[in-house]
Order: sequence, then structure tokens, then C-alpha cells
Amino acid sequence: MVIGERKPFDEIMKMLEGVKKIAVMGCGGCVTVCLTGGHDEVRVLSSQLRMARDKEGNPIEIIEKTLERQCDPEYVEQAEGVASEVEAVLSMACGAGVQFMAERYKDLPIYPALNTTFVGGSKKEGYYVERCQTCGECKLYFTGGICPIARCSKSLLNGPCGGSTNGKCEIDPEIDCAWQLILDRLKSLNQMDRYSSMMPINDWRTNRDGGPRKMIREDFQR
Amino acid sequence: MSDEFKSGSKLEKVLKSGQFAVTGECGPPRGADAEVIRKKCTLLKDKADAFNITDNQTAVVRMSSIASAVIMMQQGMEPVMQMVCRDRNRIAIQSDILGGAALGIKNMLCLSGDHQKFGDHPQAKNVFDLDSIQLINTVKIMRDDCKFLSGEEIKGAPKLFIGAAANPFADPFEIRAPRLAKKIAAGVDFIQTQCIFNLKKFEEWMKQVVDMGLHEKVYILGGVTPFKSFGMARYMANNVPGMDVPDELLQRMKSTPKEKQAEEGITIAVETIKRLQAIKGIAGVHIMAIEWEEKVGEIAEKAGLLPRPTI
Ligand code: SF4
Ligand code: SF4
Repeated sequence: MVIGERKPFDEIMKMLEGVKKIAVMGCGGCVTVCLTGGHDEVRVLSSQLRMARDKEGNPIEIIEKTLERQCDPEYVEQAEGVASEVEAVLSMACGAGVQFMAERYKDLPIYPALNTTFVGGSKKEGYYVERCQTCGECKLYFTGGICPIARCSKSLLNGPCGGSTNGKCEIDPEIDCAWQLILDRLKSLNQMDRYSSMMPINDWRTNRDGGPRKMIREDFQR
Repeated sequence: MSDEFKSGSKLEKVLKSGQFAVTGECGPPRGADAEVIRKKCTLLKDKADAFNITDNQTAVVRMSSIASAVIMMQQGMEPVMQMVCRDRNRIAIQSDILGGAALGIKNMLCLSGDHQKFGDHPQAKNVFDLDSIQLINTVKIMRDDCKFLSGEEIKGAPKLFIGAAANPFADPFEIRAPRLAKKIAAGVDFIQTQCIFNLKKFEEWMKQVVDMGLHEKVYILGGVTPFKSFGMARYMANNVPGMDVPDELLQRMKSTPKEKQAEEGITIAVETIKRLQAIKGIAGVHIMAIEWEEKVGEIAEKAGLLPRPTI
């Protein structure tokens, strides 16, 4: 899933300076699962904002709403009623959701309440880790199911750098060295031969370097 | 290894002649004053066959390795231009390879590069378009196939003697010899190893290297760094990733009186070189006296490596 983190409260307050009526718009997708932008977080942030603005003697009116997903026009549509009543929307979706809202509600400022951080998963509740950088050409077959691009600090494709120490990455003893993990797994899978040949120079066109990407299912384009 | 020279650098010729090679290192200054390099050059001249010019080492901004290498050549010395993958994509890399070669640089060392987290610009975006093995292969393709990575023809191929680093002390240990094999397959000509303090482990690694026959496909120069003090030894032991300083060496430095520690550091370095010379498959040494350039000559002298052959 896409992981997001709530922006610092002060930054959010700044974005809302001079605004009297907003909607705080949650998303029922990834950010609900990672506990940063769902229904519950909408409620918490809204009351924080009300309290802070009341304290300033500058109250703000807030409509709370959570859409099924903000990255899907069908659900974004359902914000129409609310959108017509407010001066701005504070979206608690990921960056994609914020933009889908902005594309649909052209005259309405849509502000991000989250920093969208990475594609990953939860190790346990409230603990999220990065796993994929969406390079567009998955290499996990060669690397024992562990991503060298997202998980090696230097995105090395041909093995560990000279700083790998006791299974940890040179940049931080808290970070596992991806290549140690890859090699351990290749060994246990009896696939060490996949390490010995050189991984060719990567074609980054499938990554963001080829420009913004899209994926079209032709069979749905009637 | 064939009879023809790949670049005809002095380093290549010394190695090819079967003589024990010596390389040194010169870090460019954090400023535009060429005089700093010239001064270091005066200290280093004739003390080794060629000298690495680091490329924004530890991700701290310094004068470029190409420019510094040219200044060194003007002093009549031979540089080994280092290049890291951290700061350039394949377009800039190939362009700099052409530029370096056009300026007369004949040796190049291909490195991944220290992560920018260690440097003075941790906010920087890193590149890592290629990794060090792919960089080796890039230079090889450009030199031997006269082609860019795009497959298009190069008019005037860059003649470079291709080097890379190897760190036998990083983990996982069992992958370190196979990783060297990968670098050889990619096209590397010579290797400079990480600073060697743990000779036992190094010998273990070299045994694997020799058993795999890799020493016949690449020239291996063992890395030697003298301790300036016990403090430096301790720092290297605890703070430099991938560095292996055994306790007995630390103890030896610690029990030496402060004013004698520098001398003891030199003695250890000389002993290390002597041991390296006895190891099968070692073709030379790479002496890295970090901000202590004046000692390279002394170490080489005491190890009986001077005068350097004239080629
Ligand atoms: S190789 Fe690419 S697609 Fe596969 S996990 Fe890594 S970044 Fe994602
Ligand atoms: S220590 Fe491991 S994870 Fe970190 S940069 Fe080096 S190879 Fe990558």
C-alpha cells in the first residue's frame, strides 16, 4: 500500500490561514490501513484544528467526510455536495488522492494533510516499511524476492557495497543491508547462480525517468 | 592478460612487467586553490607509480577529480581518476570519461561511492544510475568496443586502465571473492583493496581468490593505511563501515606512548606491506595516508619499495 504520514500540525495550520470553512476529507484506502488518513484520523485532526483556531479567537468551520477512495473519480464525485459549501478541502489522502480531488474540483483549493512517503507494508500495527520504488520492471525473480532498488540505500543491482557490516547498511545500523538479505535468501533457495551473472545496466524508462506513467487496459477502453 | 597495453599508463606498465607496484592517494582540496594539490604532489612525487585522486570522497564536496588529476599531471605525476556512481548518471559518466581521457588521464577507478548521508550535503538527491560493476563494464565497452552504452560508435575511444575497489572485510564475507569475479567479468584490470589491518582475514580472502584463479585475471594491490595515533585507530575501528581493525593492533597502538604512536603506525604499515609481499597473488600496494601525504615516501622507503622503476 501507499504509506503516508501526517504533516506537522503547524504546517497544516499555516495552509489554512485566512480560511473560515473547510472540509477535512479522509480516504478509505491505503491511508486508512496505515492509520493516517481514514475516518478516525479525520475526526482527530478536525477537532485539533477547531480547538487551535478557537484558541486563536479565529474559529474555523469544518465538515468531516471520508470517501471510499480519493484516487477514483467515481468516489471523488461523492464529495460534490460538501465541495460546494467550503472554501478549501484538506485532503488526508495520499498525493494521488489530493490530485484527483483537485482535478475534479477545479475552483477549489485542495491542500495535502499528509506527506506521502512510500510503497510498503506494515510489519506490525503502526510500523510501516518501504518495499518497492515502482521501478516498472520488477527484478525480484533475480534477487530472492527482496528489492535491491527500494531496500539498498544505493539501489545497487550487483551485490553489496563495501560498507555492509553484520547484516546492516553502512548508512544506518538500524537498516538491514538489502544485499545481505538477498544473498541469504538466494542461498537458502539454492539460487546463488542468479547472483553470479551481471545484472545489466537498468533501463529507467519504466521508472519515473521515462516521464509520468500510465497503465491502460485496452479491453476496458470502449 | 594479453601483451598489448590497454592504456599504456605507467601503472599498467609496472604491473605488466611483474614489478611490485605502488599507488598512493591525494585528496583534492575544498576550494579552488590549485596550489594545495601542487604542494601535496611535491610530497608524493616519485614515491609511488600513480596516485588516486578521490572523487568527492565521503560525499564531501571537493575540487573535481578530473581537474585535480590534470593539475597532478602538470607536476609530472600519474593520476588514477576516481569516479563514483553517486553523483552522475550514465550521460555525465560517459562524458567525463571522454573528457578525462582527452586530458591525458590513463587510469580510472570505478566506485559506487559513499552515501551522501556521510557528507556535507545529506539533502542531496543521489543518482546511482549505474553501480560500480556496471561502471567498470561501461568503461570497458567504451574502451574496447569503441561504443557508447547506447551502442553508437565512439570516434576516439578512451584508453583507460580500469580499476576498482574490493573490500574483503565487508559482509557477507563469502560473497567477497565471487564479487571480485563479477568485477573481473565486467572488465576490471586492477583492484585496490580496502585498508588491510586484519591480515589473517585478508589472507583467507586471498586464498579464495587464488583458488578461483582470479589473481591471474586481475592485478591486486593491497590497501595500507598508517595510523597516526591510537585515536585514529579507534575511530577507524568503530566509526568507519566495512573497516576491520583487530583488537591486538588497537592494543599495540594504545600501549605505545603518545609521542611514539605515529612512528608505531608507520612501523605497522611497513610490516603489513612486507606480509602482503609474501602473499601469492598480490601485485602491489596502495598506500593511503589520509592527510598525511608526507609519510608515503617514508613507508615506501622503509618497505624497500623505492626508488620506483622508471618506465
Ligand atoms: S524491483 Fe522494481 S517493481 Fe520490483 S519491488 Fe523493486 S522497485 Fe518495485
Ligand atoms: S550496505 Fe547494503 S544496503 Fe547499504 S548501500 Fe551497501 S549494499 Fe546497499
